[in-house]
Amino acid sequence: MAKRFSGNELVCVRGEKTVFERLSFSVSDGDALVLRGPNASGKSSLLRVMAGLLQLESGAILWNERDITDDLHLHRASLHYVGHQNALKPLLTVTENLAFAASLRSSENGCSNALETFALANLADVPVRLLSAGQRRRLTLARLIASQSRLWLLDEPTTSLDEEAVATLQSVISSHRAEGGIVVLAAHGALTTESPSELDLRSFAPLGGAQSESAPT
Amino acid sequence: MTHALAQILLRDLKLAMRQSSDVAVLVMFFVITVSLFPFAVGPEPGVLARIAAGVLWVTALLATMLSLDRLFQSDFDDGSLDLLVMSAPPLELIVLAKVAAHWLVAGLPLIVAAPILAVALRLPADGFLVLIAVMAIGTPTLSLIGAVGAALTLGARSSGVLISLLVLPLYIPVLIFGVAAIDAGIAGLVVRPHLLILGAMLIAALPLAPWAAATALRQALT
Repeated sequence: MAKRFSGNELVCVRGEKTVFERLSFSVSDGDALVLRGPNASGKSSLLRVMAGLLQLESGAILWNERDITDDLHLHRASLHYVGHQNALKPLLTVTENLAFAASLRSSENGCSNALETFALANLADVPVRLLSAGQRRRLTLARLIASQSRLWLLDEPTTSLDEEAVATLQSVISSHRAEGGIVVLAAHGALTTESPSELDLRSFAPLGGAQSESAPT
Repeated sequence: MTHALAQILLRDLKLAMRQSSDVAVLVMFFVITVSLFPFAVGPEPGVLARIAAGVLWVTALLATMLSLDRLFQSDFDDGSLDLLVMSAPPLELIVLAKVAAHWLVAGLPLIVAAPILAVALRLPADGFLVLIAVMAIGTPTLSLIGAVGAALTLGARSSGVLISLLVLPLYIPVLIFGVAAIDAGIAGLVVRPHLLILGAMLIAALPLAPWAAATALRQALT
């Protein structure tokens, strides 16, 4: 059985420093892949590579057995990436921010549902600049539901979330996986999901061992 | 896809309207800088009328420059640029939508303010129509060229200064023909060739600038 999403012998170089090399992974429908590793081990870089935002030095990432660089648009249409930054506009309201992100992917439905899931419904008309850091993060995650994409790439999704929100995120991830969705996430342990595959980026650090001081973001 | 582009344009306009003081500051900069010239060269109407076209254009260039840094910088800083790059429409068209929004909030107010300032500078009556026409054709070109500079300087330190070094030299052709058209109008000469050249610059910049800016944006994200 072919894997839905896989990478082969990936080498990533940023600013003349090798972040990781000979890295391979594969995930099937309904799987979760958890990226482990200390700071600056390349978790974020790998997620950006998976999203097609960062170019590889060598190696290829396959989605449905096709190289994602053949048709980046097609690949990006099937994934949703949540980075370190929330990508929210402080001057727009919660609904406006969510609707804008959804309209970029031409999927308008599911917005109100997404707000309710992350307990933001009563803040719908509040400008984002008035929200707390945790509420902003919840809004960023609400986009996952609104995006209705198959592959979720989550970079430290639990940053500034309280326990309740982490539990919500966990159940959202489980139901996404139950529907055949794929989740790749970089996390520091706060988040647990059933039977994930794990990928420790320390094993793919360049030979010579020393981690680059300039942390990739 | 057109829907997404319209949403990007609308979002940028909405953001600009909610910080409308930015637009006001831009127009005030234009007004104040232009009104410095009578103080500097003296109130003699002949002198002012002679330099009016040049003063208005140079000041318009500087005002446009001031507004460029917010074109992509805030999207870059808060991660929205990732979202835009990964969205359905090609990045080139997204840049075009953002430039259109930029022109509506930064270019259009200048076109409205310019004739009023021209009165203060005693621009001869024959020049007014031409002034509005060249500003209408010229300022979109300024926004387009500026987008390339703004995209190239993303993430650089003191990007504001860098933009001016990159972009101001590229503005010179627009400046030359913009001023020449107004002078021709005042002197009763044919204005059409100047307008045609400005139009040609706009038509050339329309595909080239978004393409260059999109390439620079992709580079900035890696």
